[in-house]
Amino acid sequence: MAEHFDAIVVGAGPSGNAAAYTMAKAGLSVLQIDRGEYPGSKNVQGAILYADALERVIPDFREDAPLERHVVEQRMWFLDETSHTGAHYRSDDFNEAKPNRYTILRAPFDKWFSSKVREAGAILICETTVTELVKDARGRVIGVLTDREGGAIYADIVVLGEGVNGLIGQRAGLRPELKPAHVALAVKETHFLPEETVRERFNLQGEEDGVVIEVFGGVSSGMVGTGFLYTNRESISIGVGCLISDFAETRIPPYELLDRFKAHPSVAPLLKGSEMKEYVAHLIPEGGYNAIPRLTGDGWAIIGDAGQFVNAVHREGSNLAMTTGRLVGETVVQLKAEGKPCTDANLKLYRDKLAGSFVMKDLKKYRKVPALLEKNKHLLTAYPNAMSQALQSMLRVDGASKREKEGQALAALKKNRGSWAGVATDMFKLARAWR
Amino acid sequence: MHIVVCIKQVPDSAQIRVHPVTNTIMRQGVPTIINPYDLFALEEAMRLRDEFGGRVTVLCMGPPMAEDALRRALGLGADQAVLITDRRFAGSDTLATSFALATALETLGKEHPIDIVFTGKQTIDGDTAQVGPGIACRLELNQLTYVAAIDSLDKAKGEIVARRRAEGGVQVLKSKLPCLITMLEGANTLRRGSVQDMLRAARAKVTVWSAEDAGVGDLLKCGLRGSPTVVKKVFAPQPREEPAEMVAVEGKTPAQIGDAILDLVFARQPKLEAELTA
Repeated sequence: MAEHFDAIVVGAGPSGNAAAYTMAKAGLSVLQIDRGEYPGSKNVQGAILYADALERVIPDFREDAPLERHVVEQRMWFLDETSHTGAHYRSDDFNEAKPNRYTILRAPFDKWFSSKVREAGAILICETTVTELVKDARGRVIGVLTDREGGAIYADIVVLGEGVNGLIGQRAGLRPELKPAHVALAVKETHFLPEETVRERFNLQGEEDGVVIEVFGGVSSGMVGTGFLYTNRESISIGVGCLISDFAETRIPPYELLDRFKAHPSVAPLLKGSEMKEYVAHLIPEGGYNAIPRLTGDGWAIIGDAGQFVNAVHREGSNLAMTTGRLVGETVVQLKAEGKPCTDANLKLYRDKLAGSFVMKDLKKYRKVPALLEKNKHLLTAYPNAMSQALQSMLRVDGASKREKEGQALAALKKNRGSWAGVATDMFKLARAWR
Repeated sequence: MHIVVCIKQVPDSAQIRVHPVTNTIMRQGVPTIINPYDLFALEEAMRLRDEFGGRVTVLCMGPPMAEDALRRALGLGADQAVLITDRRFAGSDTLATSFALATALETLGKEHPIDIVFTGKQTIDGDTAQVGPGIACRLELNQLTYVAAIDSLDKAKGEIVARRRAEGGVQVLKSKLPCLITMLEGANTLRRGSVQDMLRAARAKVTVWSAEDAGVGDLLKCGLRGSPTVVKKVFAPQPREEPAEMVAVEGKTPAQIGDAILDLVFARQPKLEAELTA
């Protein structure tokens, strides 16, 4: 007899786990299918864990989740070839009982998250790829086919948390093929360093204190992208990501970009003496609000990266993924309780929950940013360079008067942007996109 | 037929890292796998089951997390899984391990008499190839080690014919059942379980036995106390100090290249040069 579940969740990443957990915890029969060798084996992230999103799924996660360090200091760096201009924010307030942000390593974290999902009662099968959605005569999704023998598995709803490059939704025509300008390729390395070295190098007092550095400007060599450096307990995660369309245009190999970043005079001393433990690459959907596909239909819903739920401006993704997973889970639980089928009309509840959450509000706020950056790439290099040159001339004491220095700084700004009109236009566009 | 396959959960040796400071193996975060040789044993057992009927039980001794390995075996198509796990088994060497496994096999056999015990030829973490023969010895079973293929099985007569890789050739051996077989790599191709196998495995309850459940009475033969082997030191091999050297070959004749290489060799091994030219 064919198997039937209340819900099938495709993917064991943050969104799929949050969805499966929420539904299983409420007593629904849930089957989760992942193509990786073990849950999370295909998952890649920087990685920062935003506690709030996970707390709303598993309130006491801090008790046993494998966390590396909580973030007490955030640095924002603008790079040019030889310098960085930075803003640092460090606060002892971040040393709270329930810290807000953590660095994590995804391999142990995902293993933990998945164990929670199974404890909640969901059934997980790995090394199994969903190849096709099964539809009834009226076009409603009623189950899935996999790459294993044994036919279809049925469910009242199929939740697609299949990730950025998920092909099931594309193949079924539920979402369009990804556009190169909507996807970033990020490469990351994990470098081992002894715990004491990490703490000394980043001036960390508490054993679990951590630093996050987000890097803009020259790190992306003129492409739309950013870099990052996160402190783990006894390693450092360092990476850089840019739009695929830009990589294609500039022909810069991603690993070369990362090598340049690692060799930067501001970065190299932080990595000195480390041993590279891991090298990974992953795609990040960065199309923003305008790239979000249709999210629900009869018998299906999309969550996480598969729905382009990434706030590229604020480097947030996994929290959006967990939130969309939780919201779809809550929706299905509610529909079940009311005895309603998971039709597109009833799943409007999920879309409404999303619209009312920070997920949609934030993505909507920044909806113009992807296009703005794509069309105005100079923003990412002209201003960091101008800032660096201005600061250098102000700080260098060489007999020139301060008024002359100010003149040099303004000249640097004009030179980097080309004209004052250009600067004014940029400011206007930026303000409008940020509004 | 009742076939039991002994499997071991081992760290994925391709992903093992040595701690740069303490020089110990970093187990944390290293994915675990079923010992690859054991998978050939499992597949062979399932083939025999599919042809002659009966059931395949997978048996594993290890920490509680070894349940993952057993569940994986169920997903591949095994019928039943038993984990023997007990703090008192910790630190077992091959002698103590084969004692515990042999005892558990006896206990299993009381329920359903066992016709064949399979193991892999060795594990990839210990590389001793001793546990299989150790079990056979204790249970007084014929042991067919390093088996590359099973030629035939006569259920009525209770006989099996297997091909064994031996030094300098292949031995074709006939044995009475029950017997113990250790399988070589590449003997077969591992199947993928069906969706139903995977669902059954995900839902299955792995039987977990303590020392008492497994029927182990003499605890002095278990764990650290029952293990005469002592690991004195663990260290990572040092990389070779002398780096490889390149010999430029462009535009040279083979004879010139040969001379260039010989010059390099002799420069480092003057004794060799003296002997060869003497």
